[in-house]
Amino acid sequence: MSTTLPPQPGGDTDVAAPVPVVRDSGGGTSLWKDAFRRLRKNPQAIAGAVIVGLFLLVALLAPLLARYGGEELPGRTYITPTHIPGFGEVDGFPLGLDRFGGDLLSKLIWGAQASLVIGVMSTAIGLAGGLLLGIIAGGFGGKIDNVIMRCVDILLSVPNLLLAVSIAAILGQGAFAVMIAIGVAQVPIFARLLRSSMISQRSADYMLAAQTLGLSRGAIIINHQLPNSLGPVIVQATLTLATAVIDAAALSFLGLGGGRPQTAEWGRMLTYAQAELGIAPQLAFLPGLCIAITALGFTLLGESLREALDPKTRAK
Amino acid sequence: MLRVIGKRIALLIPTLIGLSLLLFLWVRSLPGGPATALLGDRATPDAVARINELYGFDRPLIEQYFVYMGKLLQGDFGTSILTGRPVLEEFGTRFPATLELTIVALIFAVGIGIPLGYQAAKNYGRWPDHSSVVLSLIGITVPVFFLAFILKWMFAIKLPWFPTDGRQNPRIDATHVTDFYVLDGILTREWDAAWDAFMHLVLPGIALGTIPLAIIVRITRASVLEVQNADYVRTARAKGLQEKTIRNRFVLRNAMLPVTTTIGLQLGLLVSGAVLTETVFAFSGIGRFLRDAIFNLDYPVLQGFIIFIALIYSLINLLVDVSYSVIDPRVRV
Repeated sequence: MSTTLPPQPGGDTDVAAPVPVVRDSGGGTSLWKDAFRRLRKNPQAIAGAVIVGLFLLVALLAPLLARYGGEELPGRTYITPTHIPGFGEVDGFPLGLDRFGGDLLSKLIWGAQASLVIGVMSTAIGLAGGLLLGIIAGGFGGKIDNVIMRCVDILLSVPNLLLAVSIAAILGQGAFAVMIAIGVAQVPIFARLLRSSMISQRSADYMLAAQTLGLSRGAIIINHQLPNSLGPVIVQATLTLATAVIDAAALSFLGLGGGRPQTAEWGRMLTYAQAELGIAPQLAFLPGLCIAITALGFTLLGESLREALDPKTRAK
Repeated sequence: MLRVIGKRIALLIPTLIGLSLLLFLWVRSLPGGPATALLGDRATPDAVARINELYGFDRPLIEQYFVYMGKLLQGDFGTSILTGRPVLEEFGTRFPATLELTIVALIFAVGIGIPLGYQAAKNYGRWPDHSSVVLSLIGITVPVFFLAFILKWMFAIKLPWFPTDGRQNPRIDATHVTDFYVLDGILTREWDAAWDAFMHLVLPGIALGTIPLAIIVRITRASVLEVQNADYVRTARAKGLQEKTIRNRFVLRNAMLPVTTTIGLQLGLLVSGAVLTETVFAFSGIGRFLRDAIFNLDYPVLQGFIIFIALIYSLINLLVDVSYSVIDPRVRV
């Protein structure tokens, strides 16, 4: 392992500072192009992309792939109090039935769609709120920054899942409430991340250049400071997709999801699998596995993105 | 040092005041207001008016807030709608159970996580490293409650090695002094009671400890990797010190700083994880009580619980900061 030297103070005034060799010929590469090139070579990133791609495909094509609707109960007659048909026991239901008489395979497919919607929507809510607060705090600084950050500190003093639970308790039950609750619970994390990232850009040379050119403060923040600060936020957003899928399952596992008991949602399927764990463990294992694999895909993708964007590894 | 700790505790006060204000407004912003929260959706306007007068909900908001704060400061968190007993009393009887569970989970996570992370760094790029990275990735992505299901099915239902749920076999006639069941058994020398309570903790403890375990492995690995090639470690080796001395006094001690922070931060996660784990194992701690409170919209309990957790969480963070200066004398808090 090679040891990395700490950055030298006032490095740019040194005469003999070594210039990093750019192996790129013809035209400059942008940070994102560079990151993408590195992502393509990383097996971890490819594995993540394949999982996420598969998940997206299943979620988007659910109406074509699933034989039955999410709340349909086509196999109700096969269920007895002591027996729930498992893999291939009844024709037409390859993975068997659940305790309500729903087709397990169809429900898993519809569950992917539900997870995708909740994951994307709640991440979008968290990102939008965090961006707004982060831009104001990190861009303008001063008193506004102080007020916003104290509020963020208060929210961060409550563990994330509990915050989501309390918000969901105000909003009442339902998938929509779960989305907002998980999204809002992510806002402080995004806000803090963007703020610190923007503050680290404040003393950059290009900021001084933009100020010298006489650009307005808002234009500098939006066109210069923000784009340069987005890297960590995008990484966090990818990782948040993983936590959002897990948290959504946790909230609906706790009974905050609303809707009917047989709704096709991975977390809810786990709730109702509890009583039959002894006779039909697949009812718990398959939805759980779906949650874990989906979260794994987003985590792999997010972490390789972090590595690809990290300036420490970029020189390689 | 003491002065700094005092200052940090003083800084906690605005955070807690802010939080209490937020929670105060939270209950007031519920659809139908606090009276509906107490009585349920089908309350008659007459009953709502009576409750409003009884609890002072018809007074100005500011006055209500000060009354609420005054009660909070006296340790009055209100009365549980569900059980009709004071919230603080309910916590008092259930908190030991959760603490016991959290301690087992943390011992599991730290006891396995640090050696595993150390071995991974020592064998960088070889199989122990790869397998620990893969394991920790799985640990992060598997939901706590799913893991709890797998453990319960595997080691309590298929292989009946451990009890499926509860804190202690009700058939054991155990005396409870402190409400920490394992400790009670040891104190009263009822060894079978202590053993039984411990067996009830194993599976939930492992389920709850797995995410912190995964994170501790990763941080320890990264931290040891950074430290083990430092000049002072090479010097120590060149001096001919024993490998054990180098490991304990040079590598681990310097690598522990980020690990301590992580362990502190994990405690908050453990509390939310406890809600899910206790639900699966029907373990009657504070987490399961919270779940029942969510289901029944027991707002005084939810409110009290959040303040209580935020306070503990902040105190733990303070403790983590203070422990820095013990581990690394260069850090002055």
